Amino acid sequence: MNDPVLQVRDLRVYYHTPAGVVKAVDGISFDLPRGENLGLVGESGSGKSTTVQALMRLVMNPGRIEGGQALLDGIDLLKLSDEEMRHMAGARISLIPQGAMNSLNPVMRIKTQMIDTIKAHDTGPSRAAMMERIVDLLQLVGLSPDVANMYPHQLSGGMKQRVCIAMAITLQPQVIIADEPTSALDVVVQKQVMETLGQIQESINASVILVGHDMGLMAQFVDRVGIMYAGRLVELGPVEDIFEKPQHPYTRLLIGTLPSLETKGVFKGIPGMTPSLLAPPPGCTFHPRCPHATPACTRWDYDYREVRPGHWVACLAVNGDRP
Amino acid sequence: MRTFLSYCRRNPQLAVGLIMFLALLLFWLIGPLVIDTDDARPMSALPDLSPSTEYPLGTDSTGRQLLPVLLQGTLYTLQIGLIAGSVGLLVGIILGFSAGYFGGILDTIVRTGADVILTIPTLAVLVVIASLIKDRLDPQNMAAVIALLAWMWPTRTIRAQVLTLRERPYVEIARLSGMGDVKIILKELLPNLLPYLAASFVGAVSAAILAAIGLEALGLGPQTDPTLGMTIFWSIYYGAILRGMWWWWAPPMAAISYVFIGLFMISWGLDELANPRLRRAA
Amino acid sequence: MSLGYVIQRLLIFLLVIWVAMTLIFFLPKLVPGRDPVMERMTMLMASGGIQAEGITRMVEAYRSEFGLDQPLFVQYLRYLSNMIRFDFNYSLAQYPTKVLDLIALALPWTIGLLSVSVILAFILGSLAGGLLGWPKTPRVYGYLLGPFLLMSSVPFFLIGLLLIYVFAFKLKIFPIGGGSQFGQLPSLSPSYILDIVYHSILPASAIVIASLGGWALPMRGMMITTLGEDYVILAQARGLPPRRIFFQYAMRNALLPQITSLALSMGTIVSGSLLVEAIFRYPGIGSLLFTAISAFDYFTIYGVVFFIILAIALATLIIDLIYPLLDPRIRYQKQ
Repeated sequence: MNDPVLQVRDLRVYYHTPAGVVKAVDGISFDLPRGENLGLVGESGSGKSTTVQALMRLVMNPGRIEGGQALLDGIDLLKLSDEEMRHMAGARISLIPQGAMNSLNPVMRIKTQMIDTIKAHDTGPSRAAMMERIVDLLQLVGLSPDVANMYPHQLSGGMKQRVCIAMAITLQPQVIIADEPTSALDVVVQKQVMETLGQIQESINASVILVGHDMGLMAQFVDRVGIMYAGRLVELGPVEDIFEKPQHPYTRLLIGTLPSLETKGVFKGIPGMTPSLLAPPPGCTFHPRCPHATPACTRWDYDYREVRPGHWVACLAVNGDRP
Repeated sequence: MRTFLSYCRRNPQLAVGLIMFLALLLFWLIGPLVIDTDDARPMSALPDLSPSTEYPLGTDSTGRQLLPVLLQGTLYTLQIGLIAGSVGLLVGIILGFSAGYFGGILDTIVRTGADVILTIPTLAVLVVIASLIKDRLDPQNMAAVIALLAWMWPTRTIRAQVLTLRERPYVEIARLSGMGDVKIILKELLPNLLPYLAASFVGAVSAAILAAIGLEALGLGPQTDPTLGMTIFWSIYYGAILRGMWWWWAPPMAAISYVFIGLFMISWGLDELANPRLRRAA
Repeated sequence: MSLGYVIQRLLIFLLVIWVAMTLIFFLPKLVPGRDPVMERMTMLMASGGIQAEGITRMVEAYRSEFGLDQPLFVQYLRYLSNMIRFDFNYSLAQYPTKVLDLIALALPWTIGLLSVSVILAFILGSLAGGLLGWPKTPRVYGYLLGPFLLMSSVPFFLIGLLLIYVFAFKLKIFPIGGGSQFGQLPSLSPSYILDIVYHSILPASAIVIASLGGWALPMRGMMITTLGEDYVILAQARGLPPRRIFFQYAMRNALLPQITSLALSMGTIVSGSLLVEAIFRYPGIGSLLFTAISAFDYFTIYGVVFFIILAIALATLIIDLIYPLLDPRIRYQKQ
């Protein structure tokens, strides 16, 4: 089966606030091949968290999914009823949340919460069978079976995050969305958690969407990277290409800001400020900060195309005026 | 003025509450011109009369006309509430600010004192006090009695607020620039706490009126002045319910409810003002 | 739950009772002029009759124990020892009945009424509040918010008055007052028990209706806050059934602060229900207090007040001890 496990087409999520319509995600499309990992990178406000919410159908008022498709093995996640989505969530597509600090119910033991996940989708197994599975899962993420009887506040941050990973893989989902899973942890624990995630992903052959803003982390983990800016994908391609031959000006600036152990240069940031999503700049939303901007960029319509196999860019300078 | 009105539209609770009290104020000012308060005295009319055009709210078993009683009673009740609430707030401000700002031994004393007294059921103590001086009660010393136990909550909340504000940078700067402590309290801390002080005031007045009515309904109120609570007490004492004399207890009840709902609206509105979180269930 | 915690709570319990007793002792001494208790008893003596004889003896005992010639400290110690043994002296209004006997008769009624009403109100109110904050509840129930708000700001007994008038007087569905049919002898027969229940419905309803709003509104706020918590969002992302999320993830956590406020509001609840008893002439300590006040029966008043304080402190203590059982963060220390 060579078709991608997840196909996202033209996803739009708008927030209808009293001040106006905020286009948090404005038409993104990507494929997630089976067994491959995709990274989604962007600054705060780029829309990556909203994308995660949309795929898990967790978008809350005043946000609304305005359009697009998200086909998981052919089933459009965005068009499912609440009850139908409930059967998918946790079972076929699952989430590793950003802040594990508070992601576990403080008044329930770990084992009870993990049993909850199992029972929500599969009422068959006996209690003993479920406990066995839980112990297996905990060991898989490098935790001792004692953890099962504990309460969340008795665990450290890294341990809690690993419990979340264990919960996310309980039912062997096809897609795992990891929303900045390590941003709250220190570097050492970060490494452990990411290694665990990698091993898991291989063992159950899931595809992971890793969302974050740490380019270094992406380089070590994912196969392809998508760069998001102001609610749109500006570039998407194999991770080596993105790092060695970035095409979009924004990507180039991002790569340029990565401190390197070899060169010693002036630490550069990206000039300008993130655009307001309420009143975005006309044409290309990046043009106010782009070193290659031309007047034509203000009239440019979002044009996302494949410049090389598997490598997509949305930029007037790169794509030219080709129809 | 315009900003005030546009704010009222966004904060309807506060607007409604203020309007309710404005209406009450009008009632207070215009009422005595139209209604003769002397008619609230016993034997100013024949007893046990049901409402009629001459006596719009009828009379009670002692011959008091109930419409003037309603006017007087509401005024007395408000008087008690406002006096007790103000005293409670004032003491609360003094103690809360001192404890919160100066800390140390003073803070420990004030805090433990307030906490211990808070755990004691206030009505119980008030009952004891009031029953001892029952015959000598009038609206003013009732307010004093209630004020004795009205200062704890304001002290606690104000102290908590002062503790958080004390660490703010602008207070540090003021202190470093040599501003005297009292001046800091008055110029830096007090203005920033106005919403909380207002909310505490409304809370204190509410609690005071509740305590007053509670005591009076048990019979522990001014024996000759017709406060709202006492009117209800007398109606129970004389069995007004059994005798179907709804006009005796229903108007005071309506008046009490009106006052409480108004106070509640204001406090709700003030809460919005202090913490503008327009939370609606998604 | 550590032993230290339990001991701390017990100490606070004892402290509160002691402070209250001390206040009750000293307050009468602070009243300017003559001792009202003494005055009252003297008045009763003067009215003559068999009662007067007993009262005269009481007055002498009173003078010798608490009279002005005794040092204050001695009076205080005597007073404390009396209180601890529940010796509240004789009722001035119903001499020769002892105050303790009056209270013993009335207390079961109050405990029964209060415990049932409070628990019912808490459960119903919290559930209602939780549902009001839950987004999947049909919109139409949102209209309940208004009435809840109004009801919660009005004192209990006013609702009681309204209920009596509508249901007892006008519609004659329920009895107008009392604990049971007048003249009935107490027994454990089903008919008697039914009768008690029948008489309790209105007073209980008054307490429940009046306090519902007080539980529902904060619960709703807590529920809305809890729903925004990460663990609720993750629970949804794991595909847990809505009912499970509502009860185990949302309510269980939102309920914790509610229980704390239950402890804090015991005072208000008890005070309010005393008045409800008075209105309904329900034979609990509320009515006892009401009649004692009208009759200047000081000893009964002090006895009842002492019991009220004891009851509230005890209830607070119990809740304080139960809370750790519900919140594992307090029960288990971090490892």
